[in-house]
Amino acid sequence: MSEVKIFKVTIDNITVEVPAGTTILQAARQVGGEVAPPAMCYYTPLEGSGGKCRTCLVEVAAGSTADPRPMPKLVASCRTTVMDGMVVKNITSDRVRDARAGVVEFLLLNHPLDCPVCDQAGECHLQDLSYEHGGEGTRYEFKRRTFEKHNLGPYIQLHMTRCILCYRCVFTADQLTQKRVHGVLDRGDHAEIATYIEKSLDNDFIGNVIDVCPVGALTDKTFRFKNRVWFTKPVDAHRDCDKCCGKVTLWQRGDEVLRVTARKDQWGEIMNTEEGKTGWICNECRFEKKQTSDWTIEGATRIARHSVISANHYVDAEKPKEFINDVMGGRSPKLLMDIHDVSDVNDPSVDLSKIDGPATGETFNKTNPK
Amino acid sequence: MQLTNRAKPVDRRPMNAIERLYLWNILKGMMITIRHFFKKKATIQYPEQKRPFSQVFRGLHILNRDEEGRERCTACGLCAVACPAEAITMEAAEREPGEENLYREEKYAARYEINMLRCIFCGYCEEACPKDAIYLSQTFAPANYGRSGFIYKKQDLLIPNPVEDPEGFKKAQGEIARK
Repeated sequence: MSEVKIFKVTIDNITVEVPAGTTILQAARQVGGEVAPPAMCYYTPLEGSGGKCRTCLVEVAAGSTADPRPMPKLVASCRTTVMDGMVVKNITSDRVRDARAGVVEFLLLNHPLDCPVCDQAGECHLQDLSYEHGGEGTRYEFKRRTFEKHNLGPYIQLHMTRCILCYRCVFTADQLTQKRVHGVLDRGDHAEIATYIEKSLDNDFIGNVIDVCPVGALTDKTFRFKNRVWFTKPVDAHRDCDKCCGKVTLWQRGDEVLRVTARKDQWGEIMNTEEGKTGWICNECRFEKKQTSDWTIEGATRIARHSVISANHYVDAEKPKEFINDVMGGRSPKLLMDIHDVSDVNDPSVDLSKIDGPATGETFNKTNPK
Repeated sequence: MQLTNRAKPVDRRPMNAIERLYLWNILKGMMITIRHFFKKKATIQYPEQKRPFSQVFRGLHILNRDEEGRERCTACGLCAVACPAEAITMEAAEREPGEENLYREEKYAARYEINMLRCIFCGYCEEACPKDAIYLSQTFAPANYGRSGFIYKKQDLLIPNPVEDPEGFKKAQGEIARK
């Protein structure tokens, strides 16, 4: 085989050169910023993903240099490969904006919008998508669909009402584990993620379905309701793990490790490790290593400035020197009130990271409130 | 330098005999005093009488309940992240079976505290709340000698339960209902 041909493709008036066989979405991501179409179902490390959610629809204004006719319909950019001289319109096309608003409305038809309760809020792709591309309200007047609750075992919490049926978790289980025990059952409006016979997901790598889920349908039971994402501080850390790469992001509060996830890039996808492999992490790293001493901290994770997660987090901030002791001749100032004497919140004797599931009323009532 | 031409030179001539009696000037001053006896008073007898607050007054917070008496707050943390003074802290817990009459949603605030020493009563928490749960009422924090009295816990903030105390609930909600 000769070397791979390089195609020139113009996306939103920006020309990039990509090897043949690249999808429009990947080419647009090379440009970056707003030009990259959003993707809810496509996930680069997962083979065969994409083509389902239709949020990445783009307009192809000219097919190629050889055949410059425009494509009649909007195409899914995650599954359409580029041609030489292709002209693609994403945010510069009114048709695309209009279609995307429609897609968002459809995705939100049955979405419960329980973001105040949902653990994914703050890092949810559906939230981002509806803020950027959605309308203000819905025209849907009927009851939203609900499901019987399925138990997926001690680690993973399933909220089927939030699911948008992107199939990412199905691909993850197919490609990462030997035996997939969950899938999408039924059709159409009744389609749901389930295990058919009540079976818990307990493969070593099944925890990765939490990371790939674009919404809050699959969440971490060990983190459930413990804190909001934007109050926890993400730090990069690693440990020697014989099963996985061991490179993770810890979500800390003080010294408590409330949650462990794989490292994600700017598109919300799991980053590659230095060896070029996808940085999937195993269940042991994700669910059982909830102590700072288990990890080697590398430093604060870079979070986009506009993300709510970066609110009140100061990276590389220089802390000014405390002068009060010098001024007072070595004495410490008199503390008029220690907040822990009065406050019940953040009680040092309640360590949330040590509880397996979500905290309940009992957790807080065990220690007598002052 | 003169800024305007309205300046009046001070009369520094020595006073004559009648002027030295001050009688006229005293009467002039007394007239002003006596006139105020018949005017509307500017002050009120405070603890017995109280002035109505403005419709948009922002005072102490209350945590709202729904008509069935369930707590509306789900500990979503939006008030805390909106708070510029970082006065609000909370801890969430999951609602267990049998607690459906206490909490409206599957997650609730097990602990909820507002540090009134930090609070600047800006009302951002009220604006941020997606669940209609926190409101600023038309009362203010009573004065206290110690600081510990200003940490308001969930029990201090919650309004009365409409099932047990419908009148207290209505009274506490009165100002919200008008909004």
